[in-house]
Amino acid sequence: MTDLLQLTVQGLALGAVYALVALGFVVIYKATAVINFAHGELMLLGAYLVYALQAEAGLPFAVALPAAMGLMALVGFGIERAILRRMVGRPTFSVVMITIGLAIVLRQMVTAAFGFDSRLLGDPWGSSQFALADVRLNVVSVATMAASAILFALFFVFFRTSRAGVAMRATAFDQEAALAVGIPVHRVYAWSWMIAGATATVAGVFLAAFPSSLSPSLGFAAFRAFPAAIVGGLDSPGGAIVGGLAIGVIEVLVQAYQPLLLPALGTSVHVVTAYVLMIAVLMVRPYGLFGTKEVERV
Amino acid sequence: MSRPAGLHTRYDEEIALLRNRADRIWLALLAVILVATPFAIDDFWLSVLTFTAISAIGAIGLNLLTGYTGQVSLGHAFFLGLGAYTAAYLGGDLGLPVLVWLPAAGILGALAGVLIGPFALRLKGLYLAIVTLGLVFLGEYLFSNLRSITGGPQGRAIPSPRIGGLNFADLGASLGLPFDREQSFFLFVVPILVVAVVAAKNVVRSRPGRAFQAIRDREIAASIIGVDVARYKVAAFALSSFYAAVAGALLGSYVRHVTPGSFDLFVSIQFVAMIIVGGVGTVYGSVFGALFIVLIPRLVEQVSPLLPFVDPSGSGAGVTVFTLNQIIFGVLIVGFLVAEPAGLAGIWARLRTYFRSWPFSY
Repeated sequence: MTDLLQLTVQGLALGAVYALVALGFVVIYKATAVINFAHGELMLLGAYLVYALQAEAGLPFAVALPAAMGLMALVGFGIERAILRRMVGRPTFSVVMITIGLAIVLRQMVTAAFGFDSRLLGDPWGSSQFALADVRLNVVSVATMAASAILFALFFVFFRTSRAGVAMRATAFDQEAALAVGIPVHRVYAWSWMIAGATATVAGVFLAAFPSSLSPSLGFAAFRAFPAAIVGGLDSPGGAIVGGLAIGVIEVLVQAYQPLLLPALGTSVHVVTAYVLMIAVLMVRPYGLFGTKEVERV
Repeated sequence: MSRPAGLHTRYDEEIALLRNRADRIWLALLAVILVATPFAIDDFWLSVLTFTAISAIGAIGLNLLTGYTGQVSLGHAFFLGLGAYTAAYLGGDLGLPVLVWLPAAGILGALAGVLIGPFALRLKGLYLAIVTLGLVFLGEYLFSNLRSITGGPQGRAIPSPRIGGLNFADLGASLGLPFDREQSFFLFVVPILVVAVVAAKNVVRSRPGRAFQAIRDREIAASIIGVDVARYKVAAFALSSFYAAVAGALLGSYVRHVTPGSFDLFVSIQFVAMIIVGGVGTVYGSVFGALFIVLIPRLVEQVSPLLPFVDPSGSGAGVTVFTLNQIIFGVLIVGFLVAEPAGLAGIWARLRTYFRSWPFSY
């Protein structure tokens, strides 16, 4: 029983990271109606920036993280200004493919600059643990959950109450109509890419913190978090949290119990479980659990 | 007496494959060039062209689905893998001739496509793209775990295309002619590409093709004018997967050995890049795009020793040939989408119009 509880808590910790990643997808989707395939690489770049600011520039973590977030916001702004601004009004899939192209370029830039060796991020939590009843918990997991909760709360308030947030939702809903009522669509895109850059840095840091380490393969973690964003519904921050936690728990449980209970399924089942679950959810609810149904007209 | 291009008096003239004598002359010339190619260039470039021909078959398949029907798919690699392993099983384990395993691979791919079709009926746009992305991961899992068929993570060998004593990968030995492997395979693959091109052309200029395009342009409107959206979407998936599986079987047979990693997400992305670079919604653009995407890495390999900033050791930090290739690939995708969404086909069409209407080109 303690095992199950321990595993569930581990799953929730993993899920909190997925939720953080998924929140990044949601921000871009909510404003631009595009899935950002470069999100994994933004996380990678953000995490390496935090590493570089600490290990090479000698800044403390508490300074390095906000600084890296600021720099990544600038990167997001630059990407939007240089490339995506030209794509306003073009088919969604073209923009998605652009983010895929960007992902490839960004990853190679990171490996060219930092190489393939894995490094320790140097976050303040390290490998310290604490025990709650019989369940052991990494401090960094708690920090991850806290970060997801804070970001979620911020997004919730931002999208509901702020002018910019409402403008973002309006833009995603109908670009032309948003332009017609005077929403500066270009600026909305720039904001959302800046937010995405900063959010990606946070997600990247927690992804690279204990127990894993910082290496270029970090970018692929975004693919693990896709199902989380989809299950929850691409335009729902709450959905990202729920989806992330659910996928995290299920992945950890499958990884632990499948070799014992269903060895016939072979290896790396836990990787595909998330996708199978996602497909099952989509069959029942085509826009995810909390996503907004799109209205179609001729 | 030739009329100006684009002026037709009958509908079947407009959709004809060869519209005038010039078209026929060009086609005959192209045929001569294709037959002469294996004897004119060395094995390195011949292998580029063989890869191009195989990739072009897959790219045409994806273009029928994404370019013509508007259904986005990142799962093309899965169908390629399905075709390759079908070829391996039927041709290798059961020892059947290519006349059996190549169509069988296509049919199995098409069946898998039919199974995916219903998802396309339920899901739209990006949600569909993500499901097809899931397909790639599912495929890698299946290919790694169905060891008796796929050989597991180490992969397995895929047989040469044979009919009885005739080995298409080694026409030299089979027929007693001075052909090596590259020449034989080129001569084997190109006719298949020609069939694939003509078949795709026939699909897109006839009723199903018009239905595909109607669905792409405005799905609800298409259903109102009487297009059976569900049926044609599933048909598009089946057709596209048929092409992909045939390409996969040929690819496997050409490279002789495949692993589950040969069919990962990057392969899917490469195929999408091919149709973007070549031209979305054109058949000949798929061939251009395939050539471009296959050619670039080879060119970079050739040129990179001359570039001072490329690190030849290929490990650790710094710009390696692989890094450079990937960056060029990424930049190509972005560049074409931003600057030339119609792809090479669009550039070609503009050039042609320019010279046709010369000196009044403005």
